[in-house]
Amino acid sequence: MANNTEFEPLIIGFTCNWCSYRAADLAGMSRIKYPPNVRLIRLMCSGRLDPSFVLKALKGGADAVLITGCHPGECHYLEQNYKTLKRYILLKRMLEQFGVEPNRVKLVWASAAEGVQLADEITKMVEEVRDLGPLNWPAVVSPNGDHPIAETEPVVEEVQA
Amino acid sequence: MTDEKIGVYICHCGTNISDTVDVENVATWAGEDLEEKGVVVSRDYKFMCSSLGQELIEADIKEQGLTRVVVAACSPHLHEATFRTACDRAGLNPYLCEMVSVREQVSWVHTDKEIATAKSKALILGGVERVALHEPLEPLKVPINPTTMIVGAGISGIQSALEIADSGFPVVLVERDSSIGGHMAQFDKTFPTLDCSACILTPKMVQAGNHPNITLLSWSEVERVDGYVGNFTVTIRKKARYVNEDVCTGCGICIEKCPAKVIDTEFEAGLGYRKAIYRNFPQAVPKYPVIDVDNCIYFQREKCKACQIFCPTQPNSIEFDQEDEVIQVEVGNIVLATGFDLFDARRIPQYGYGRLANVFTSLEFERMCNASGPTTGKVFMRDGVTTPKSVGILHCVGSRDKHYNNYCSVICCMQSLKFAHVVKERTGAEVYNFYIDMRTAFKDYDEFYQRVLEEGVHFIRGRVAEVTDAARLPGEEGKLIIQAEDTFIGKQRRIPVDMVILSAAIEPRHDSNEVAHQFGISCSTNGFFTEKHPKLDPVATMTEGIYIAGCAQGPKDIPASITQGAAASARVLGKIQAGELALEPVRASVNQDICSGCRICNNQCPFNAILFHEDRMVSEINPALCQGCGTCVAACPSNAISGTQFSNEQLEAQLTGLLALNIDGSSVRVLEPVAAD
Repeated sequence: MANNTEFEPLIIGFTCNWCSYRAADLAGMSRIKYPPNVRLIRLMCSGRLDPSFVLKALKGGADAVLITGCHPGECHYLEQNYKTLKRYILLKRMLEQFGVEPNRVKLVWASAAEGVQLADEITKMVEEVRDLGPLNWPAVVSPNGDHPIAETEPVVEEVQA
Repeated sequence: MTDEKIGVYICHCGTNISDTVDVENVATWAGEDLEEKGVVVSRDYKFMCSSLGQELIEADIKEQGLTRVVVAACSPHLHEATFRTACDRAGLNPYLCEMVSVREQVSWVHTDKEIATAKSKALILGGVERVALHEPLEPLKVPINPTTMIVGAGISGIQSALEIADSGFPVVLVERDSSIGGHMAQFDKTFPTLDCSACILTPKMVQAGNHPNITLLSWSEVERVDGYVGNFTVTIRKKARYVNEDVCTGCGICIEKCPAKVIDTEFEAGLGYRKAIYRNFPQAVPKYPVIDVDNCIYFQREKCKACQIFCPTQPNSIEFDQEDEVIQVEVGNIVLATGFDLFDARRIPQYGYGRLANVFTSLEFERMCNASGPTTGKVFMRDGVTTPKSVGILHCVGSRDKHYNNYCSVICCMQSLKFAHVVKERTGAEVYNFYIDMRTAFKDYDEFYQRVLEEGVHFIRGRVAEVTDAARLPGEEGKLIIQAEDTFIGKQRRIPVDMVILSAAIEPRHDSNEVAHQFGISCSTNGFFTEKHPKLDPVATMTEGIYIAGCAQGPKDIPASITQGAAASARVLGKIQAGELALEPVRASVNQDICSGCRICNNQCPFNAILFHEDRMVSEINPALCQGCGTCVAACPSNAISGTQFSNEQLEAQLTGLLALNIDGSSVRVLEPVAAD
């Protein structure tokens, strides 16, 4: 892309209150530096992440979305991060069908002790998204942002019962 | 547009925030540009959390009639409670206050002031959009069960149990081993006073064993923990002892008569023997022995029964058919004092432990010095008869070493000095201590170091390269040669000695990660339990109602372990005295008018909080069981479930705010619809 040198991606990060939000706190307390392209939203659990939030973030102007939660087996609510994982896999598949590069949405496990790791993941993701260039959501979605535009109108046939 | 009157407060945090964020600029921007979002007041202040800062907010609430407050300062995990309380004092529902973390998430992690300022604005805008949709809430009150469970009955756990029991509240003390006492029971002397470990520990053990408020469950392990602060249900497995505790008098005849002699690799650290029916040491609490099934002749070959035959009690105390018993206890708070494992010195092959006979670990040496230990307190070489004429003591074995553990094990310096003293006193041998740095902080510790120096112990500053039996120089034959750099003289030295003692590191319990998971707490990267705050809250954890004490939290000596045990009890007693606890009102609820009865949410909840009304075909959430994770909210296809404090509307509003400004903050992000050409 021509504007890659200028392009600063905007990334929305959804964090779990118990692990990754605290990892971000720890990164701060340890004065670890990472790019300012990520803006975090605190959820009580990554399981709270309604996949539509990701779509709304992308639609609303985010170039990518980072989802963070407790490591498998360490969920504060026992097993809800597994549900996040399932939804994430489905969501990625859907995004691909929308024509959105799958790398724009990333799931990262980060415990409360992993400030360095979280900062590293953010740094890495910003680089990756910078390479991808801006997400031009309206290019693949109808102007009012509601529906993906199919290349050809699907032919609706009546099916005999 | 909103009818709310929002106040925005930006903290300088001294210079912590203002160094990287142009706070005055942010305050002006919030006051001017966010007016249409409902912002009526915008201020910056040096320390928002100070009483003057809080009064500023309170005054604005009262005088300007603020209905919402946004504080841009540190992480909500630090000061959310502070600002909520301030709002409460001024008559504003505390849940109408939102914190924006511009310190941990902006000023401390970014360097470019312009971009950091822009990011702060975006985060504040997110907070403003979100707070407008906040609802006034009341905290949930839960009763606190006055019973406390303490896991691990080493010195820290015992102290914790006694503090609570002495205050008149019931305690369930769970110990994995057959006797309480922990590592301290294995030691001979305690530094720096050199008083006998058993003499000061056993009275406490007896006190804990006999205390009317303490239910002692030794030879037991926690299997499962359910519930939450105030109302935990703990499933405990009482392992089969094969001895009936109700009738056994602890006379010890069975131990005497048992023909199976086993090397005791645990309590005696492999230096001594025990029987297949045994107790760790004569003063064990409880006094009942336990049968080691793997080595018992009856269990292996179905004959013998010597213990049963000689047991004098009526009815017989030995019960070969005893089975594990699984019990449940209801407790309000839990203290984890699960202790430590000793570093396996075999992992450093160049020190020769396990290969060279006369290399001992610190725990082996402790047992050797102990009057009730295998050598009745005499310092012998591995042959059991020869007194060493020279001894080398290595500090920091497995500690302060990036190959093993980066941390300092805290006790090794003092422990090694104690060993040096004991060796000098009992054998008159030459003693060489090899250390990296001498760490003798705390009361009377350095005085002890001076004393040991005066006793003529040699100190060599340098990490030992290897311990070998390959003699190269005259005088080295038959000796262990310690090769080390003496960093004071800048020369390599070879010192032949008869015996080497390795001051091995304190490591987290091998199963600390599983235990942490079981209790819903976390471990730091080195494996010790993570405290809520390393300085301000060292005995609490991120999980309400779970406290940690002793070496499970990090390496520490006996006084520190006792202090933590007592501190954890103080925290628990505070909870018990309060009688009830206010919980965050973060809960999900179903709007039954919208619920279609699809039951998708039903299996999302691991706490069984969602029940389904077959008759009306709707789901309902039990607020007492709901933990507020919000997974069902995200799962509901009809948006019938909403989560307080984290509703879809609130989160989407925050998202809108976060996306309203570009990285450079210069312009509102504009999305150009693609022309249809």
